[in-house]
Amino acid sequence: MASHGPPARGAADTQGTHPTDPPRHGHRADHLHPLAWWLWALGLATAASRTTNPLLLALLIAVAGYVVATHRTDAPWARSYTAFVKLGLAVLVIRLAFAVVLGSPVPGTHILLTLPEVPLPDWAQGIRLGGRVTAEGVLFALYDGLRLAALLICVGAANALANPARLLKSLPGALYEAGVAVVVAMTFAPHLVADVQRLRAARRLRGRPDRGIRGLLQVGLPVLEGALERSVALAAAMDSRGYGRTAEVPARVRRTTAALTLGGLLGVCAGTYGVLTAAGGAYGLPVLLTGLAAALAGLRLGGRRSPRTRYRPDPWGVRASLVGASGAAVAVLLVLCGAYDSAALHPTVVPLTAPELPLWPAAALLVGLLPAFAAPGPPPPVTSAKAPAPAISTTAPTPTVTAPTVTAPSKEDA
Amino acid sequence: MIRFEDVSVTYEGAVEPSVQGVDFEVPEGELVLLVGPSGVGKSTVLGAVNGLVPHFTGGTLRGRVTVAGRDTRTHRPRELADVVGVVGQDPLAHFVTDTVEDELAYGMESLGLAPDVMRRRVEETLDLLGLAGLRDRPIATLSGGQQQRVAIGSVLTPHPDVLVLDEPTSALDPAAAEEVLAVLQRLVHDLGTTVLMAEHRLERVIQYADQVVLLPSPGARPVLGTPAEVMAVSPVHPPVVTLGRLADWTPLPLTVRDARRRAAPLRARLASHTPPRTTPAQGRGELRAQPPTARTRHTTAEPTLPRLRRLLSRTPAPDPISPPEPATAPTDPSALPEATPPAPLAEVTSLAVRRGSVPALRRVDLTVTPGETLALMGRNGAGKSTLLSALVGLVAPTAGSVQVGGARPHRTAPRDLVRRVGLVPQEPRDLLYADTVAAECAAADRDAGAQPGTCRRLVDELLPGVTDATHPRDLSEGQRLALALAVVLTARPPLLLLDEPTRGLDYAAKARLVSTLRGLAAGGHAIVLATHDVELAAEVADRVLILADGEVVADGPTAEVVVGSPSFAPQVTKILAPQKWLTTTQVSHALTTLRAAERERP
Repeated sequence: MASHGPPARGAADTQGTHPTDPPRHGHRADHLHPLAWWLWALGLATAASRTTNPLLLALLIAVAGYVVATHRTDAPWARSYTAFVKLGLAVLVIRLAFAVVLGSPVPGTHILLTLPEVPLPDWAQGIRLGGRVTAEGVLFALYDGLRLAALLICVGAANALANPARLLKSLPGALYEAGVAVVVAMTFAPHLVADVQRLRAARRLRGRPDRGIRGLLQVGLPVLEGALERSVALAAAMDSRGYGRTAEVPARVRRTTAALTLGGLLGVCAGTYGVLTAAGGAYGLPVLLTGLAAALAGLRLGGRRSPRTRYRPDPWGVRASLVGASGAAVAVLLVLCGAYDSAALHPTVVPLTAPELPLWPAAALLVGLLPAFAAPGPPPPVTSAKAPAPAISTTAPTPTVTAPTVTAPSKEDA
Repeated sequence: MIRFEDVSVTYEGAVEPSVQGVDFEVPEGELVLLVGPSGVGKSTVLGAVNGLVPHFTGGTLRGRVTVAGRDTRTHRPRELADVVGVVGQDPLAHFVTDTVEDELAYGMESLGLAPDVMRRRVEETLDLLGLAGLRDRPIATLSGGQQQRVAIGSVLTPHPDVLVLDEPTSALDPAAAEEVLAVLQRLVHDLGTTVLMAEHRLERVIQYADQVVLLPSPGARPVLGTPAEVMAVSPVHPPVVTLGRLADWTPLPLTVRDARRRAAPLRARLASHTPPRTTPAQGRGELRAQPPTARTRHTTAEPTLPRLRRLLSRTPAPDPISPPEPATAPTDPSALPEATPPAPLAEVTSLAVRRGSVPALRRVDLTVTPGETLALMGRNGAGKSTLLSALVGLVAPTAGSVQVGGARPHRTAPRDLVRRVGLVPQEPRDLLYADTVAAECAAADRDAGAQPGTCRRLVDELLPGVTDATHPRDLSEGQRLALALAVVLTARPPLLLLDEPTRGLDYAAKARLVSTLRGLAAGGHAIVLATHDVELAAEVADRVLILADGEVVADGPTAEVVVGSPSFAPQVTKILAPQKWLTTTQVSHALTTLRAAERERP
């Protein structure tokens, strides 16, 4: 029977590919509401901002990373996670470099090394260049930098898990047009980067060096020209596809909208001022809430001017609630832990002590793992691990059958 | 459905109107083709249909344009969005959202259609255009043909009565172009959609047209008529029409099928002739042994550019004044004196390139010898551009090796490399930085270390009549290509690469390019061009290499490779099969000699 193995395998290939070829980016109905992912990520970010304990921060980064690893697709926007991780690392390194070069306000006795100090004039009093580098100062900078990096990684996770453009669909109608403009502006940057790369490559074709700052400056103008032209072309395309169509609304409604929105925003300003100043504690909150309500009503009414409808908006289901709630829970629990036992969340650096992992806050952070199990449809690992062959095949996809699918029939055969 | 009433458009700052006296009507449910040389205002006419001209572009429009009874004077483009769908030249500039399904829905959302209607139409359109498998894909990961179909689908979903398309197939490979045209024909036949479309590659579209509007020259009145009538007088016409005119067929055939039915007498007349074979049929080994002077077609075909050849000549060129060799005498490879094979200019051995995690090329072998013209063909995304990039060192090989003029391109300093190999990229504008042609030429001389004035002389040769002060942006597509070509040639690279050189060129510009390339090849340059244009490949290439999925699937003399392939065969080949004619130029020479012989006989 062994000789029948290969043909059976081939048959499995050809038959198996099409029906089982899974949608690489998940079925649309399985998409979690993007707002849920953002709530979850912002919850984690809030938690990160409440602590400087490196062990807790590392745990938090691991939690976010695990969820991203299990749930991200291979769409272009999902690749931004790597960019955010790199950005976080860069922030950490810069924070450390500043602490080493400029010194640290943290007093310390453990001197790691002494840099030559640059004498500065009198008017620069309080600033130091070089000098002693203490272990306490470096450690403090490390904790602080780690916190910033964790915040960035949380934002990156949200970007990777929820398509920013789909978040738009949840905006109120009156804001939709502005939202489209923002999203288009966001795609401007990647296009610009691609243009710079292409034109720097073209410099090589002219026999000029394709590296260095000068090369970058010389392609600047053509790149901007190209970007501008593309924007104009996109604006023309959007105009001819009905962007900015407005519906007729009675003048009375228009005036009410304007009054509500303006009054509401004024109220929000006054209310915020009241809440933040000590004197206005009594009137602050009510004014703020009233203003907010008026502004929201204005927005809702303003939506009538836009005749837009929405195509397949993401439903907010039980799973979305779970994911959102898990993020909120992490944030609330960490804030509570901070109020109860602040020392555990902020390990001291003077005197130097090894940070400990406090049990309850760590357990609270683990709640953030809930989406890894509650959120639906992580795309099959084989497709997320294997790169798609975009732009290569216009015909049938190349065989991407998983090992189990291939071997199963031959076993039956045997 | 669309009505132009004595329309003229003058852009701001222009003295003359771009188009004038445009007065025609497109009836409901017809597919009307707008043809004419570059720069006659085809895009202006198309833009006027949905009011982008003049609402968006500025300028003055005189006369009246009405679409489905709505006057564009009083309706802005967004208010016409429910009756007119517009797809521009570049589908990427058209997309607002980032996945296929959202893009299809975007127009309907703007119009405020009910959610259940939107859902139904999206599903219908996915099926109509064969996009169902791609519904969740990010648009950025699609191939050119798929993107073009998504762009068409995205304007179809609001069920417009009128579809306006600007060069829908120019960027597509032959198979993808047929796919798109089949969809358009289905819309016209099944849904009664009115289509107005401009296209340079008439050989692809003319058979689908119900009527043709010809803009013969800038500012001239358009000519309207049936395709056969207009083609009889049009300055731009596909090879099938050229052949029909040569053989005096009336009415002119527009499709290969029509032409084949009439071609029997012509085939009989030509039967005694063998198409001039530029390359022996035995294969690549023989080909390499061919000295460049054996390629007689370069000297017989069109007036080459003798001065250019002298300027660029690297090997002693054949005497340009020598009488053209009669096409009746096929060159016999065995009769040629044995020559030692010239050293290859470029040698690629089992080259593999990955772009990100995607393999773009796998185990590609290629040798290019001096004087040879090689066409790289294959569908969008097959790896043609990647292969060219590897030859100029823009991408580093993942495995295997690339040798160009004895150097590894990606390790060679740009200054040094330009003397070995030059590439004219898909968008020639990428190569041009300066404000004037003169400054561009001076920079090119400096970059190449050539004598001042070298580039300007090349420009004069390739692009007569362009003044020093002209801004490269103001040149037409064909002129810009010629300028970029001159800039690249300033360093006298023995190996010249061109990526999609005929995109956006009309037939006249293409003919100029063909004669330029022949002149260069006769001067000893090796030319590699990546192209979708089968007619161009038939005209200039000695050898054709077909890539699929990053692998070489065919490599051999042009006649051998393209004749056997339904999608890569030029029209003349299809009409005169089984005889192996490639171009109308060959046929016209054969007919001339025949007529001369007939005149002598009595």
